[in-house]
Amino acid sequence: MATPAGAPRTVVGLEIHVQLLTASKMFCGCAVSFGAPPNTLVCPVCLGLPGALPVLNRRAVDLGLRTALALGCRIHPRSQFHRKNYFYPDLPKNYQISQYEYAGHPPLATGGALEIVTEGARRLVRIRRVHLEEDTGRLVHAEGASGSLVDFNRSGVPLMEIVTEPDLRSPAEAREFLTALRRLLQFAEVSSGRMEEGTLRCDANVSLVGDDGVPGIRTEVKNMNSIRAVERALAYEVARQAEARRRGEAVVQETRHWDERRGVTFGSRSKEEAQDYRYFPEPDLVPLEVDEAWLERVRASLPELPAARRDRLMAAFGLGGADADRLTASPAMARFFEETVAAFPDARVVANWLVGEVAAYLNEHGTEIDAITLTPRRLADLLRLIEDGTLSGRLAKEILVAMIKDDLDAVAVVEARGLRQISDEAALGRIVEEVLAAHPGPVADVRAGKDRALGFLVGQVMKATGGRANPEAVNRLLRERVGS
Amino acid sequence: MIDRDTVEHVARLARLALTEEERERFAEQLGRILEYADRLSALPLDDVPPTSHALPMTNVLRDDAVAPSLPRDEVLAQAPARRDGFFVVPRVFDEG
Repeated sequence: MATPAGAPRTVVGLEIHVQLLTASKMFCGCAVSFGAPPNTLVCPVCLGLPGALPVLNRRAVDLGLRTALALGCRIHPRSQFHRKNYFYPDLPKNYQISQYEYAGHPPLATGGALEIVTEGARRLVRIRRVHLEEDTGRLVHAEGASGSLVDFNRSGVPLMEIVTEPDLRSPAEAREFLTALRRLLQFAEVSSGRMEEGTLRCDANVSLVGDDGVPGIRTEVKNMNSIRAVERALAYEVARQAEARRRGEAVVQETRHWDERRGVTFGSRSKEEAQDYRYFPEPDLVPLEVDEAWLERVRASLPELPAARRDRLMAAFGLGGADADRLTASPAMARFFEETVAAFPDARVVANWLVGEVAAYLNEHGTEIDAITLTPRRLADLLRLIEDGTLSGRLAKEILVAMIKDDLDAVAVVEARGLRQISDEAALGRIVEEVLAAHPGPVADVRAGKDRALGFLVGQVMKATGGRANPEAVNRLLRERVGS
Repeated sequence: MIDRDTVEHVARLARLALTEEERERFAEQLGRILEYADRLSALPLDDVPPTSHALPMTNVLRDDAVAPSLPRDEVLAQAPARRDGFFVVPRVFDEG
């Protein structure tokens, strides 16, 4: 964004927590499962009972390494875990096992970058670090209850924290970055990456830099539950800080919470104290050493990443860049495309329907391709009905929506609604005769060479057939019978 | 030095109710522990790498396999208060 002279520059850095796709927790064998009854997935380790010992999940390390490789990070041959000490009821041990970074103690990986497209240009956003840690329990504040309720099913679930450098220059760039990162994590099969379900969480540090180059005080914004919420919260916070600057008021360094309903951020009411987490090496976990052989195994297991998938779709199916981008918006969409093409080989047609009608449906309903009833086989069947002339494109669009809503095959919808295109010449001929008899004026106009009138007659036939007539056949029959 | 206010602060964080006599006694004991640590700070250790682990081991890892969790009734029976399968803790008002 071109910053007008004198306007403060926006500086944003993100801290992203990613729930890793493991079957079991980070340091114990309890299952990772969303929606299980409270406190049914707990054991002495994740309850922090005295004497329980954590053992690191190899898969969680693999997934952290995958991410580090995908982001082009430097992976440290030796790292270790630390205790981050604080008191909160969702933290049964009174410390969280994490990886702290200080002189001589690197986290799993540092450095790296992710490319985003912003205002039509490609730009690299630097990654500061990637490290592993465990999740906390979940607090439930029941209405009218005298106490708060705690569920420790989430305690010890594997998390990866990704921290960016303060390279983002607007709320829109933060959105672009999160979208690109989520896509990378999904393609790498590291995380489901769903902010709405909490498997991807984002806190943002935001400040303004005046045209004198002096950085302003930054605030940390939390509690955003979608990528859109991140963009909105940052836009609000940037405007709030800019207004404070205009009035000559100080911005307080604090944590602010996003209120989705009211569309505002608000500061914590509790007094801000400088937190001292008293980090120290976790004595119960020995250091982690990642050698070249381990890295090579992870590299070999890395699924095709978005950029490579996009290039391959363009080369293999002759798709344009814009279509390839949209078909690789998620691995589910890319997979859907390729599976549909396997059943209906005209890739252009498949791409048009997916980025057109199907994407429109997903947008309108705020859903995802893998969350609706449409399958690649069903879409291929529908496209075949258009190809063989059973359906017009316009009808097929209606049928697509009905298929998704009612969980039906294309043929079932066509039969149920009597929507089969009328290609039967005799039946169509009778309807054409009726229309000609009812509109002598336009018929005369057509004979006089006014082609506009022909369009009117076609429209009348389509209306009489409820849109089921084959437009080409109607045109031909009209011209024959009018004798123009 | 640890004064009684510091002991009270730490006790509050740990949800411990201490008597006046205990505050005084723990202030004195904790003070002695810190004094002992101060003696280490006085040693010339700049060239000695910090020891975080006594064993020369690395990479103790487990496979990502699910193992049985504890029966919930047994877990909750250990807690002073529970409701509907949850632990009950003193009300938390807002996030710090």
